[in-house]
Order: sequence, then C-alpha cells, then structure tokens
Amino acid sequence: MNIVSLSAGCCLFATGPLTEPVGVVHYLIVGAILFTAGVVCMALKRNALGVLMGIELVLNGANLNFVAFSSPYLRGAGSATLGLDGQVIALFVILLAAAEAAVALAITLNFYNNHSTVDIDRADDLKG
Amino acid sequence: MGNESMISLSGMVMTPVLAAGLPLAAINWHSVLFLLFASLASIFAVGVVLADNVVRMALYLVFSLAATAGLFFLAGAEFIGAMQLMIYVGGTLVLLVFGVMLTAQAPFVSIKPSAADRALAGLAGSSLLVVLLAAAVSVDSWQRPGLSEVTAPTATPLGMALLGMRVDGPAAGAAAGAVANGYLLPFEIVSIHLLVVLVGAAYLARAKRRRTPRPIDAAASAVSVVEGITRVELPAALPPRSGSASALVSGGSK
Repeated sequence: MNIVSLSAGCCLFATGPLTEPVGVVHYLIVGAILFTAGVVCMALKRNALGVLMGIELVLNGANLNFVAFSSPYLRGAGSATLGLDGQVIALFVILLAAAEAAVALAITLNFYNNHSTVDIDRADDLKG
Repeated sequence: MGNESMISLSGMVMTPVLAAGLPLAAINWHSVLFLLFASLASIFAVGVVLADNVVRMALYLVFSLAATAGLFFLAGAEFIGAMQLMIYVGGTLVLLVFGVMLTAQAPFVSIKPSAADRALAGLAGSSLLVVLLAAAVSVDSWQRPGLSEVTAPTATPLGMALLGMRVDGPAAGAAAGAVANGYLLPFEIVSIHLLVVLVGAAYLARAKRRRTPRPIDAAASAVSVVEGITRVELPAALPPRSGSASALVSGGSK
C-alpha cells in the first residue's frame, strides 16, 4: 500500500539531499534497521552471547527512536516533541540494559559451568 | 563574482560531493555526519547478524553502538550520547567481551545455524523491516525536515528532572508546592534495581563445584587413577582392597 512512499523515503535516506537537514524519519529508518538486525540476531544465533548482542541491538533501535522524537530540532518548527521525557526514558533503557546484560551474562556463565557449552539448543533440561 | 566562482570550482575539484554541482556553502554538514554515522551503525548491525565468529560479533557491536552514540550527539542529546559511550560501550560491552573470552573455546567460537534457519530468519527479518519502514514513512509530520540549530545543553535539565524538578518545557512553570512531575521515584527504583542486580549477578556467577564433570576431565582422571594404581600397587604385589580398584588394576595390567 505504501510502496510509493516507502521508496520515496528510502531515496530520501540514501541519496538524501545533502543540503537539507535530517528529520525524524531518517532516525526512524536507522532505528528500524537496528531493531530488525537485533531481532534476527536473537532468533538466529545459537551462541547465548549472540542472543545477548541481539537484545542490545534491539534496545538501541528503540533508544534511537526515543531520542529522535524527543529532539526539538529534528521535528521541525511547530511540532510537538517528547521533550526531555524521551531522553530520560532513553537513559533508563541504557541503565536497565546494563543490568540485564550483567544478569544474563551471569546466567550464561552458570549454564556454561553446568553444561560445558554455550549452545542454547543444548538448554533443553526442562523439556517435558 | 569571479572569486566566488573560483572557490566553487576548486571545491568541485577537491570534494567528490561537489562534483554533483553542489556549492560548498549549501552542504549541510549535519546531514553529512548523520549519513556517516547512520551508515556505520546500520552496516555494523548487519555485520553482527552475518558474522558467525562470536568475537567478531562483539567487535561489530562495539562499532555499531559507538556510531549510535554519534547519532545521539547529532540529535542534540549529548548527555545520552555520553552515557551511551560510557555505560554501553565502556561497561556493557566489556562485560560481554569478558563473557566471550570466558566461554570462547574452540568448538564454541563459531556455532553456525543451519541453512534453513538462515533462510527463515532472512525472510522474517526482511518482512519485519518492510513493515517498520512502511510505518516510519507513513506519517507526514515525521517527514518534515528539521531545523539545523544547536539547542541548549541537556545535562542540567536532565539532572534536575531526575531530582524531581523540571526546568524545561511546559512543566517548568508549575507553582512551588505543586506535585513534582520529575523522575525522582523512577530514579530511586533504578538505583535499588541496580543494587539487586549487583547482588544477584554475584550470586549467580559465584564459583562453585561443577555438577557433572566434563567427559574429557572424567576420562583424564580415570587414566591417572589407572596409572597411579598400576605404578604403586602392582610392583608391591598386594591384593587390591576394593572391587573397583581390582577391576582397574586388572584392566590396567592387561
């Protein structure tokens, strides 16, 4: 349905008039690429640490969108922004991602100590 | 007039961007830097997906997150960009690299997914990307090009908001004694959360005895037991004391 506008947006992003300032849509496109890469990484990797890296990519894609919507001069004149709220949310996301990485890494190391592997396909002890 | 045309002519010769006919003064360097950081972040994020070696994945992730910090700076969120560099690139990824180094034994450095999984993930990923891009370009007000102005620094308003006071936006004019609409409570919750995470991670990752010995270790210890028994017990020609030891001795003597 949106093929025309999609291709227009992609052209705007790729060849993008170097003379025009960037807008929110450019940040959204980069955030979409990061998010998709993270989701594919989470689904595809068999190494538990690869799954963790996919989670980091997903959180960064979301953070990029928050910062883009909070930025007062990416939105152009007269548009409402998230203001400081988006930046505060991005800050909390960064902190919680650090905490998540610490706990997930501890779980991974524990799994490695018990099973001598980091292949998550081998984590089937709870299979009924 | 002639001087200006000479400058633009030399600019055309010097910079490949100017070969398209753009005068030097018309280039928005904010957009150029955005294109640089955006392409770096995207390319290295795709590299994380495509790499099979977990060490290379960690390296590509460092580059991708650092380029994302550059994008934060370009969006005017310089404090978030600094925190991204310090916490993510400096802390979280060092943690991940430690995990990689602790677990990167030869069979686990690159665990390859099957070709069918790759095809399925590529299909799902590309369809998800199409949906997200269609949603991103579907709102008109998001397509409007922004301003190219440097905004006020955000560190002070962020710090005041975390202390429960807003000095920015429409909330700044709230009367004294009104309900604070800052982020004091989430700030405290995050601090307690980080403390709990610290204790929990230390508890989970504590050194303890292995539950089931690895096959290689078990075989090595059995061999050493056999060697020790044959070396000590057999020249003494003593009858073995226990059944398992006799089995080992008989197996070793043969």
